[in-house]
Amino acid sequence: MKPDILTIAITGMNARPDNPGPGLAVAKCLKESESINCKIVGLSYDSLDPGLYLSKYCNTGYLLPYPSAGEDALIERIKQIHKIEKIDLLIPCLDSELPSFIRLEYLIHELGIKTYLPTAEQLRYRNKDQLQETADHAGMECPDIKPITSAGFFYDCQEKGWQYPLVIKGIFYEAIIVSNEEEASKAFRNIASKWGLPVLVQKFIKGEEYNLTAVGDGNGSLLNPVMMKKLALTDKGKAWAGVSIFDQTLLDAAESLCKALNWRGPLEVEVMKTEKGQYQLIEINPRFPAWIYLSTGVGKNLPEIMVNLIFSGQSTIHTSAQSGKIFIRYAEEFVIDMKDFEAIVMHGDTSIDQP
Amino acid sequence: MSDDISLSEVNLPSIETLKQLAVSESGFVFDPTSGYSFSVNETGLSILQQLQRETPTDEILQGIIEEYHVTLREAERDIIEYIGLLRKQLEGTPT
Repeated sequence: MKPDILTIAITGMNARPDNPGPGLAVAKCLKESESINCKIVGLSYDSLDPGLYLSKYCNTGYLLPYPSAGEDALIERIKQIHKIEKIDLLIPCLDSELPSFIRLEYLIHELGIKTYLPTAEQLRYRNKDQLQETADHAGMECPDIKPITSAGFFYDCQEKGWQYPLVIKGIFYEAIIVSNEEEASKAFRNIASKWGLPVLVQKFIKGEEYNLTAVGDGNGSLLNPVMMKKLALTDKGKAWAGVSIFDQTLLDAAESLCKALNWRGPLEVEVMKTEKGQYQLIEINPRFPAWIYLSTGVGKNLPEIMVNLIFSGQSTIHTSAQSGKIFIRYAEEFVIDMKDFEAIVMHGDTSIDQP
Repeated sequence: MSDDISLSEVNLPSIETLKQLAVSESGFVFDPTSGYSFSVNETGLSILQQLQRETPTDEILQGIIEEYHVTLREAERDIIEYIGLLRKQLEGTPT
């Protein structure tokens, strides 16, 4: 029998097909949970984010202030929403907002809202410019990565051992593969204008990408890992289709990372398997991935597992994630009334509560 | 060149790799470690299933000779080629 209704607020409700946020997928997992009865509050930064209006996944939706408004504005907005919704748990799903939510965590807890987040130090160790050190600590390989603040780097980088192709990355998002200085300079300007400086340059590793998602318990254990190989990519390199796998080498590497970091909360580990069969750490994302719905397909509904861990201390270990389950993403349109859009634009919240 | 190599000299994929493969009767093969999938024909399916059962390659060879009425050399060459393709599929190399 399901317990009382939990009110769970989830961010990252954008769902652009080429690079969707994970929020809707997390909401979908929780709505399909057999052990949790929940009301989902969708939190977004943009009035056209679909999660604000998709009542089958989000009972209500609210706009949050853009990060540029500052953390005082964010916590005030959380207080306003909490006053209406009585939130039990907040699950941030975007890399860029994690630092703010971690800094505000004690204030959020004072409101009576639970979170399950890494510490600021843990978060720092997964930063892209810290990744090599973290990989070393966990005994993993990691392609060389360097923060740069000027496109001038690209004109003599080959003399310093940085041969093309290279991968140009934003501090939070986006990665562009470039094969000469013109492409690199263009990518640098593009990424710097969106995500600020520094921009990161990573040596290109030829191989195939594998991902693992799980929940870290904060004591070094990696709970219920789910592994996936991408089968089809969007233009931005995000998974459009993928298949669940089980690879002991990848699992060992992720467990080492989790142990080295004492990671707390959801995470996604992205690795590249080289032609020689070696794994190179590409990224650690401090949240559930957009493909998290695959976890329900392999019998390890990770958002559900995390919620049960938070509220009842149950860290159920599902030993066998089924390999050979395929997810295929698709884009879908839905229609809303102008009054719903108006409610978001004018008041920042929807009135779509449907029990 | 495969003509110069005998079947006993060919490196088979490891038995652990072969045994973990999910092989369907339709000839569809899925490697749960790498995520690669590919298909094999009826003969390829038969050879793969025998490799999974650790059937000695001499025995597989004899079966091919009897079923397809080919010479020892022809059968050996075909199996060597097949094993090469199988290795490439398992490594994810385009064939």
